[in-house]
Amino acid sequence: MEERRPDPDLLLKEAQREEERKGQGRLKVFFGAAPGVGKTYAMLEAAWQQRLEGRDVVAALVETHGRFETNSLLAGLELLPRAQIEYRGVVLSEMDLDAVLARKPQIALVDELAHTNAPGCRHKKRWQDVFELLDAGIDVYTTVNVQHMESLNDVVAQITGIVVRETIPDSVLDRADQIELVDIPPEGLLQRLKEGKVYVAKMVARAQENFFRTGNLLALRELALRRTAERVDAQMESYRRAKGLREVWPAAERILVCIGANPRSIRLVRTAKRMAAGLRAEWIAVSIEAPAKVRPSQQDLLQLAEHMQLAESLGAEVVTLSGHKVSEEILSYARSRNVTRIIIGKPTHPRWKDRLFGSVLDEVVRGSGEIDVNVITGESGEAEPRPAVKPRSSLAPLREWLLSVGGVAIATLIATLMFRHFTLVDLAMVYLLGIVLIASQVGRGPTLLATLLGVAAFDFFYIPPFYTFTVNDVRYFVTFAVMFFVAFVTSRLTHRVREQAESARQRERRTAALYHLSRELAHEVGREQLSASAVRHLSEVFACQSVVLMPDDKGNLAVPATGPQTYALDQRELSVAQWAYDHRTKAGLETDTLPGAKALYLPLIAAGRTIGVVGILPGSSFQLFSPEQVHAMESFANQAAMALERATLAEEAQQARLQVETETLRSTLLSSVSHDLRTPLAAITGAGSTLLQSGNRLSEENRRELTQTVVEEAAHLGRIIRNVLDMTRLESGGVQVNREWQSLEEIVGAMTGRMPGLFRDHPLAIKLPSDLPLIPCDGLLIEQVLHNLLENALKYTPDGTNISLSAVVGEGEVRVTVADQGPGIPPEDAERIFEKFVRGRYAGGGVGLGLAICRGIVAAHGGRIWAENRTEGGAVFTFTLPAGEPPPLEEEAETSIDGEDQG
Amino acid sequence: MTGENEPILLIEDEPQMRRFLRVTLQSQGYRLFEAETGADGLVQAAGRKPAVILLDLGLPDMDGLEVTEKLREWTTTPIIVISAREQERDKVRALDAGADDYLTKPFGADELLARIRVSLRHGARQEAGQEDSVFQSGGLEVDFSRRRVLLGGQEVHFTPIEYRLLTTLIRYADRVVTHNQLLREVWGPRQANQVQYLRVYMAQLRQKLEADPARPRYFINEPGIGYRFRSGEAGF
Repeated sequence: MEERRPDPDLLLKEAQREEERKGQGRLKVFFGAAPGVGKTYAMLEAAWQQRLEGRDVVAALVETHGRFETNSLLAGLELLPRAQIEYRGVVLSEMDLDAVLARKPQIALVDELAHTNAPGCRHKKRWQDVFELLDAGIDVYTTVNVQHMESLNDVVAQITGIVVRETIPDSVLDRADQIELVDIPPEGLLQRLKEGKVYVAKMVARAQENFFRTGNLLALRELALRRTAERVDAQMESYRRAKGLREVWPAAERILVCIGANPRSIRLVRTAKRMAAGLRAEWIAVSIEAPAKVRPSQQDLLQLAEHMQLAESLGAEVVTLSGHKVSEEILSYARSRNVTRIIIGKPTHPRWKDRLFGSVLDEVVRGSGEIDVNVITGESGEAEPRPAVKPRSSLAPLREWLLSVGGVAIATLIATLMFRHFTLVDLAMVYLLGIVLIASQVGRGPTLLATLLGVAAFDFFYIPPFYTFTVNDVRYFVTFAVMFFVAFVTSRLTHRVREQAESARQRERRTAALYHLSRELAHEVGREQLSASAVRHLSEVFACQSVVLMPDDKGNLAVPATGPQTYALDQRELSVAQWAYDHRTKAGLETDTLPGAKALYLPLIAAGRTIGVVGILPGSSFQLFSPEQVHAMESFANQAAMALERATLAEEAQQARLQVETETLRSTLLSSVSHDLRTPLAAITGAGSTLLQSGNRLSEENRRELTQTVVEEAAHLGRIIRNVLDMTRLESGGVQVNREWQSLEEIVGAMTGRMPGLFRDHPLAIKLPSDLPLIPCDGLLIEQVLHNLLENALKYTPDGTNISLSAVVGEGEVRVTVADQGPGIPPEDAERIFEKFVRGRYAGGGVGLGLAICRGIVAAHGGRIWAENRTEGGAVFTFTLPAGEPPPLEEEAETSIDGEDQG
Repeated sequence: MTGENEPILLIEDEPQMRRFLRVTLQSQGYRLFEAETGADGLVQAAGRKPAVILLDLGLPDMDGLEVTEKLREWTTTPIIVISAREQERDKVRALDAGADDYLTKPFGADELLARIRVSLRHGARQEAGQEDSVFQSGGLEVDFSRRRVLLGGQEVHFTPIEYRLLTTLIRYADRVVTHNQLLREVWGPRQANQVQYLRVYMAQLRQKLEADPARPRYFINEPGIGYRFRSGEAGF
């Protein structure tokens, strides 16, 4: 067999899956065809084996159903107490998830994976609990029957006639690391049932009648075996992939299934899933939005969203297309994706509609060309639409009803005025006009009322005999019918236009909002500003309150200290947010996890890590979020997450850079500084000891000279130490820039006052414009910069030459220059001299930190510093500081003190 | 002998510093009492009745700020705090709490003696309970009773705030006055964090009274702390 290189993408995916599972627990599923096959028993046996091998096994939740053998196996295992949850007066016992997490065993036994939790638990479904255990690194043994598989749900219902309500998505089983099939032949199971090993005696008869018929059991057993075989097959496939073996199937199939709001779509989805699994094909679930068609109701949209979710949970790629002609859209999309098979539902509407409007199915079949089209029927038992949830605001406000009655009254008034002078047709027109106007303003109900009232009033007032509803001439009924029909159709059309405009406006608003958000986020820098603008946009667009929660170093979310429009987050809400953060899954209101929370929590996930959580509280407790809104919020959250990650990465890069530089500094420091410290120390020690030992024998002049040496060298030493400390603090981020509005003149004054004697040999010329504004800076640090620059100038220039200090204001910054008349800087050194431990050629002493400190301080202020040579000789050091708009001063009346009251 | 036997209390825990200060101060004729801890210092301040207290901010048992506050509960004796460079913030807090002046390590003997002289003079003036009605330094003459300021014989006009600022600084002549103190005394407690007011008005004072504002003779800026009006009498 020819070796083939493994598909890198697939390998990457597999590697990622491995990576994700690292540190996670392993899931072992005991899979059976029906209750009573011995899954729990097998699970307990396996648990005992592990236990005997020394592993820490805990029975988190095991249902023995009073079966004796199972009970005896359970004895001796550590049993965790269950949580008792009271719901509507009934106490239900559930697995205590937090207790298991706290106990943190190596293996937890959790029976009945498909179980639905009591309301009030953290998750709706037990398999979500199990996933949380796995995430916490706990291995889980669990049991499940084949009838609970989502994709097999309809088949099971078909075979057994029982619709199973508790289902688990197929992906849950796919996630299992091991599946152990627990299988006994139907005869054996029936035998056990008779012996009372499955159910207690009184239930046996009923169970046998309903479920435990040999035919059922055979079919279920086949399903279970097949499902297991499929899985083994999939494992084989991934093994082949990993080993780079040639794939055994020739061409990839791709299936497209068309779904809509019709409940039959569920069956279409399941069929597609099975077919896809059988063919090992990818599959795509497509829904079409066609503006030409009647606008779907809110109810339909919810239904459709549910179907799409089902498809997604079964592993489909979900796509929504929009276009004028449904069939064309389906076919062109199918072609673009190389679909080989289209699954579409049998039409349910009467044939005349097809004649009139054309049949989508017919068009798809005709246009399909090389693509196979499978037409699937839905079955009546399942196709029962779910009990309709009442649209939230179906009742029109009273105002609209009054408006429709009033409108008809006005039309009647006008018609009465016209009655003598115009024909009846004109009067009918007046009513029609009135109804159309009303329809443009009010809802469906009031419009219908207006239509009926209009026709009734027309009859009552203007059709002989007057002022009765009786009609003499039968021909008038035609008039009524036409009038009613025209009014009705017109009002329907008006409504549709209004609703379409409304939904377009909403979509437009959301798109625009998203666009604005991303544009604004692109400009913001800090994390605080980013979250603030995200919060602001969310609140504006969804009329809600929101908050961005970020984790601290330990990964605990905290309520931000500052921020606009934050609602009160109590400990309970915070723990929901924390859950969303830890599990990277949305939680809270309108989700499957902790739906009792007040607000919805969306994790901010970007490029593989969670940045934080955004909490969204609806504006009022009545107004909940529609799935569409939640979806839009999720795109908001994504945008925000990406921007926040950008900010976080930038901060981290900065941190890392700082760290590296600090490290380098420390090592260089030791080698470089030790020499510079020793020289003055040696001088001080020498002079001091001489004074101490032979003070009396020294001449007055010598003694004075030695004392002078001690004082001067000590000062020198002090300067070096001060520089080293400053540098270290700057580099380690220990220096805080304490920005205040400072006057440069004052800073210069302080500096000249501090080094008075030094300018004896170097006249210092200071040129500061009198209108220099206040600058936001740290006075102490900037004085240090000036001091270092002047000291540098003094050190490198011959005695008697001038040094000048000047400043100019321009373009949002203040530029300060220190110029000397020394030898200048070799061009190749212009950058280097600002590095640490670099000294110029003519240096007399010092560690070479002065200019590095200047650069550090100026950079911390957001300014720049550089050195260049003057054409007339000498070096110029220039630094800039960003200027700001100083806060306004309270104007003081320019009165002289003489005028003031002498009190 | 300039000390005239004035008693000085030194609260300092480091022996080398105590030795240096002892030699310097005693050679100038001061009587020196030493305390190694804040608690001992407080006791001695009550018992010895010193004319000036030198207080190190880095004491082992007590925060320098706390010592200052406890002293200020019952005495107005001038306090000069001695601090290292890292204690910038403590220094300002101690000054705001009532300390009169400060010295930053390392300092020279001349600086120390000048500070002590200024403090003694202020202490004496306070005891006498009277302020001179006319202040004079170099070409600057301020007549408090007539609210008139002359520079080189020429009258200089001020706005009320400028005048209050000038007289406040002169009242504390040669001692440091923190930004907070100045803002409170000149503008009132409400504006206590508006340092930019101070900068603008100080610039106006310098424009009116200094020959070269970048090399001030009277108004000395102590970055990060406050201002000091230099009268020229103290010798620094």
